[in-house]
Amino acid sequence: MLNMLNLRLQQGAFNLLASVPNLSPKIYAVMGPSGAGKSTLLAALAGFVPVQSGTLSWQGIDITSWKPADRPMAMLFQDNNLFPHLTAERNIALAVTQHRTLTKSTRQKILTALMRVGLEGFGDYKPGQLSGGQQSRVALARVLLQDKPIVLLDEPFNALGPALKNDMLDLLQILAHERKSLVLMVTHNPEDALRIAHETLLVSDEQVSLPVSTPDLLANPPPALATYLGKRVTVQ
Amino acid sequence: MAPRSLSIITGTLLCSFVIVPLLAVWRHADASASLGPAEWAALRFTILQAFLSALLSCFLALPVARALSRTQFPGRRLVIKLMGAPFILPVIVAILGLLAVFGQNGWLNAALRSLEMGSFSIYGLHGVLLAHVFFNLPLATRLILLGWATIPQERFRLAQHLALTPSARFRLIEWPMLRVVLPSAFAVIFVICLSSFAVALTLGGGPKSTTLELAIYQAFRFELDFAKVALLGLIQLGLSLSAAILALRMAHEDQLGIGFDRPIDCEARSVIQKFHDTLAIFLALMFLGIPLLLVLANGLSNLSSLPVAVWMAALRSVLIALGATVLCLLLALCLLSRSGEVLATLGIAVSPLLLGTGLFLIARPFLNPFDISLIVTLCVNALMSLPFAVRILRPEMIKIVSNFSRLSLSLGFSYRSWVRWVVWPRLRRPLGFAAGLTAALSVGDLGVIALFGDAERATLPFKLYQLMGSYRTEQAAGCASLLLILSFSFFWIFDFWGRRNA
Repeated sequence: MLNMLNLRLQQGAFNLLASVPNLSPKIYAVMGPSGAGKSTLLAALAGFVPVQSGTLSWQGIDITSWKPADRPMAMLFQDNNLFPHLTAERNIALAVTQHRTLTKSTRQKILTALMRVGLEGFGDYKPGQLSGGQQSRVALARVLLQDKPIVLLDEPFNALGPALKNDMLDLLQILAHERKSLVLMVTHNPEDALRIAHETLLVSDEQVSLPVSTPDLLANPPPALATYLGKRVTVQ
Repeated sequence: MAPRSLSIITGTLLCSFVIVPLLAVWRHADASASLGPAEWAALRFTILQAFLSALLSCFLALPVARALSRTQFPGRRLVIKLMGAPFILPVIVAILGLLAVFGQNGWLNAALRSLEMGSFSIYGLHGVLLAHVFFNLPLATRLILLGWATIPQERFRLAQHLALTPSARFRLIEWPMLRVVLPSAFAVIFVICLSSFAVALTLGGGPKSTTLELAIYQAFRFELDFAKVALLGLIQLGLSLSAAILALRMAHEDQLGIGFDRPIDCEARSVIQKFHDTLAIFLALMFLGIPLLLVLANGLSNLSSLPVAVWMAALRSVLIALGATVLCLLLALCLLSRSGEVLATLGIAVSPLLLGTGLFLIARPFLNPFDISLIVTLCVNALMSLPFAVRILRPEMIKIVSNFSRLSLSLGFSYRSWVRWVVWPRLRRPLGFAAGLTAALSVGDLGVIALFGDAERATLPFKLYQLMGSYRTEQAAGCASLLLILSFSFFWIFDFWGRRNA
C-alpha cells in the first residue's frame, strides 16, 4: 500500500496537495490539464522534488525523505531513459550493478529481461541503433531488473506511434499484472488510460483526487478536465 | 562535475596566480613614471594595427564567406574545416611562410625584381597587417559563414519565389544578419590583435611599429626597467580588459561553433557571380595555403640534418605542451560553472608577458628565475587555453547534468559510478578536442618564453626565432616544418582519441 498523507508540493507559485490513502498494486492513470502538476507529483514521489510537508509511506514505513535510489520505485521519464553511449545490455545492467564486469547470473537476468520485452539478441546494440519502440523496450527491461514494487511512468511512450504505443501499454499491463506492481502512469490521452488503467487520479485545481473509475471519469468529466480534453470521450 | 569546495579552491588559486604577479609588478611601478613619447607611440600603434587588422580581415572575409555559403563543390566542408586551422597554427611558422612569399628573398620580390619594379619590404605596419589578416581572415570567414547558416533556408526560397532583385535580397535578408555578425567578428579580431606579440616581434619592431606587448618585452629583456614594464603592462591590461568586455557584449555566437553541416540550396547565380565566387575562394586558398606549403616544401628535406639542439628544444616543447594540457584540463574541469567561465576568461585578459615578469620578480629573491622559465611557460600556456577549454566543456557538462542526473539518481549512482558511466564517456569527445587545442597552442607558443629563453632552455618556437634571427635559413625551415607537424599531430591525436568510440 502506498499512502500519500497531506503531501504538499510547492515550487514558486505552483502548489499541489496530494492526500491519497491506500493505493494498492494496480495500474492507475494520472490525468489533468497541462501545468496542473502531474509530472511534479511523480517527481516528488520518486524523490527528485522535495515535499513541503506531509508523509509518504509504503507498507507502513515513512519514506518521505528517502533518497531516490532507496525508494521502492522505478521511474521512466519522458526521454533520456537510456545512456546513448552504452549498449542495451549495459544500460539494463546498471539496474543491478555498477561494476565493469558482469557476473553470469546478471547476464542471465538481462537475457531473460530482454526476451521478456521481445528484444532477444539486441543486447549489444546502442540506443542510437534501435528504433524508438525498441528503446522503450530496453528501458522497460531495465525497470524489470530494478525489481521495484512501484513503477512511475511520466509519458515515456509519448513519442511512439499509436500502434507501437498500444503494444508497449499491453506489455506493461502484462508485466505489471504478473509482478503485482503498483503503476502510476501520467497520460494526457484518454484512450491510453481506458486501455490499461481501471482507475485514475485526477490532478487539477491544486489537488490530487482520490482514485475514480476511469470510464466513469471520462464519461462524465469535471469541468477542468472537460475543457482540457476538448470533447467528451465516448465510452463503449 | 567537481565538488563545490574544489571549484572554490581552484578559483582562488587561479585568481592568486594572476593577481599576485600583477601586484609584484605593481610594487615596482614608479609613481613618477609617466608616459613618454615611445610609450604613447606603442599605445597608438597597438590600437591602430588592431583596428586595421580587424577591418581588413572582416572586409576581405565577406566575399569569401558569401562565396562559400552559396557554392557547392567537392571539398567544401574540408575548406571550411581548414579555415579553422590557423587557430592552432604556430604564429612563428606562419611568419616564416609569409616571408617565403613576401620577404626579401620571397616569390613576390623575385617577381618584382625580374620586372624591374623595385622591391617590397614586409617589415613594418603592412607586414604586421599581412600576418594578422593571414590569421584572422579565416576566423572572420567562419564567423560570417555561421551567420549565413543561421538564416532560415525558407527566406532564401521566398526571395527566389518573389523574384527579389539581388539588392533587395541583400537589404532584406543578408544585411540584417551582417549588421549583427560583422561588429562581433570585428570586435573579436580587434581584441586578439591588441595583444599581438610574436607577429610584432618578427615583422614589426623599430619605434614606429612597436606594440605594447613588444614594448613590455623590450623593457624587460633589454633594459630590465621594471617600472616601465609595470606601466606598460597596466596600460595593456586596461586596454585589453575594456576591449574584451566590449567584445563579450557584442559576441553572441560561439566562436568555435559547429553547425556548418546544413546543406545549402544552390541558388541560380549569374556567370559573373559564379566567377566572383570561384575567384574569392581560390584567392583565399592561395593566400592561406601557399605560405604553409612553402614551409613544408623548404623544410621537410632539412628535417634529418637538424642539429641536436633543435631536437632537444622539440622535446622540451612536447613536455611543456603535455604538462600544460593536463594542467589546463584539470583546472577547466574544476571551473565548469558560470563564475568559473568568467574567471577563466579573466586569466587571458592579463598579458602573458606581464604575468611572466611578475613571476620573475617574485622568484628573483629566492632562486635564479631563469631556472623556472619552463615551468612558468607551462603554467602561462595552460592559463592561455583555459577559457577555450571551459567554453568547450561547459555546454556538454550542462547537457549531461540536465539529461542524465535524474536517471543516475534513480539508479543510485555513487560519485564514482556517475563519473565512470556517464560523465567520462559523454565528456570524452569535447575533452579530446580541448586537449588537442591546448597542446597545439602550447607547443607553438612564442610568448613568455621569449622573456626568459636562452640556448639551454629554448622551446622549439624560441629556437626557430633564434635561427631566423641568425639567418640560418635552412635549419629554420626544417625547424618550422617540425613545429608545424608537432602542433597539428598533437591536435589530431587528442581529437581522434576523443572521437574514438564516441
